Amino acid sequence: MSTENHPGSSEVWIAGVGLTPVGEHWEKSLREIALEAITAASADAPGLRPQAVYVANSLALALTGQSQLGSLLADFAGLRGVEAVTVEAAGASGGAALRQAYLALRSGAIDVALVVGTEKVTDQAGPALQSALATASDSDYEAVQGVTPTAQAALMMRRYLHETGAPPDAMAGFSLVAHSNAVGNPFAMYRRAIKPEDYGRAGMLSEPLNLYDAAPVADGAAALILARSGALSPASLVPAVRIVGSSLAIAAIALHDRADPLVLGAAERSARLAYDQAGLRPEDIDVFELHDAFSIYAALSLEAAGFAERGQGWRLAQDGEITRQGRIPITTFGGSKARGDTAGATGVYQVAEVTLQLQERAGANQVDGARIGMAQCLAGTGGTAATHILARSEGS
Amino acid sequence: MENAKHWRLRRQRYALVGEVCPHCQEKIFPPRDVCPECGEEAKDLFEFSGQGQVYSFTKVFDAPTGYEDSAPYTLALVQLDEGPMVTAQLTDVPEEQIQVGMPVEMVTRKLRSDGDRGMLVYGYKFRPRAA
Repeated sequence: MSTENHPGSSEVWIAGVGLTPVGEHWEKSLREIALEAITAASADAPGLRPQAVYVANSLALALTGQSQLGSLLADFAGLRGVEAVTVEAAGASGGAALRQAYLALRSGAIDVALVVGTEKVTDQAGPALQSALATASDSDYEAVQGVTPTAQAALMMRRYLHETGAPPDAMAGFSLVAHSNAVGNPFAMYRRAIKPEDYGRAGMLSEPLNLYDAAPVADGAAALILARSGALSPASLVPAVRIVGSSLAIAAIALHDRADPLVLGAAERSARLAYDQAGLRPEDIDVFELHDAFSIYAALSLEAAGFAERGQGWRLAQDGEITRQGRIPITTFGGSKARGDTAGATGVYQVAEVTLQLQERAGANQVDGARIGMAQCLAGTGGTAATHILARSEGS
Repeated sequence: MENAKHWRLRRQRYALVGEVCPHCQEKIFPPRDVCPECGEEAKDLFEFSGQGQVYSFTKVFDAPTGYEDSAPYTLALVQLDEGPMVTAQLTDVPEEQIQVGMPVEMVTRKLRSDGDRGMLVYGYKFRPRAA
């Protein structure tokens, strides 16, 4: 165990979560969606007023033409007088914002923090949206060649299938499980199960990647209220969930600048740091919300976090190991694939979902006996990775 | 307008000029001034041969702004003979002939266009290597 968990230092608890439906919310603005999540999280953590707000967002500058989200959203939510700032790390923004809140709470500078991930995607479409999404790649050496997130995932997927000899439908299981889990999630965008033949018939987006390998990018917001031990209400009605591991790691932003493009180095380092801090190993994790903006990332993330050897991650999906009854349940609320991909807000959705699992508040999506859960989000092709391990307090 | 941004990168875009590390001889592209291999300063220029092979490839249909006119186009990761990998489009080759491992060479082509009055950005693409 690292010194970050030494006795006497303040522990960080998740005191409240707030989720909003992911979808195409033409009638709602960025600030309105965020407010819904903030209101829901605040209602879940009565009596706790945040002293600092960490906004996770990656696309507002490009798609809404809005900066200063920290001030905009805190003010709009009536949280005047707080400290507020935006944390941006593309698709890893949610985990990165939580990491900043965690550090502020651990330092003792503040007692209560709000993390809100929000993304308003559907105000733009077509080339403008693709350009905005491509800002997560290396502007000078990737984006200038006309890359899109879809194409980059396809490049990784083709090479993966080439090197491993895995069948063309190797990734189907990730999509099937995500869709099946989304059926029970009232906040999911696509609440319907799909069949293996649906995957087989799906149109190609960027060969070998098909429609069911790609998560739909959509609007959504999720929020967390975090508190230090002393600020937490002892009268809380739900089991307390503590952050026992928190980390952020980086790799080269460009896919071509990595020694092995099929190894998610940032995800690997970030997972290891979180495991070490928590004193845990992969086999201790009961539920894992991973990055599945494209199915190939689910396979590579399972490998990076130590659940499969290099080139073997897809087998966990084929063998039913990733279902809610399997060895390592993932995307238990549908993941980005079926809950919907909210870009920079995704990391906050993940942690909220893990929290609900550990508190036995996951309803139809409950993983039986889940006590320890992990959430990991990635930016772009994996240039940034943030990992958090949560544990249900013993005795609650 | 982004004239300065593209002008600044002309040697990389038109001639694959990268760097070689004076300490460990690592060949570096794109240039990054700090050797990714040994961590020492690496600012000695090195012009790559432009020869390489296809590491992976795919086709882009949903193009970003400025690339709509060329869609669909083939995007690839190309491993250069000297070691580094680059992201680049493939050109002058029918899709069905492309394979992982195919030898390719660099050519200079138009990358993006910003409308009738906008600027044209040129840079490297790769085509099948002449036999």
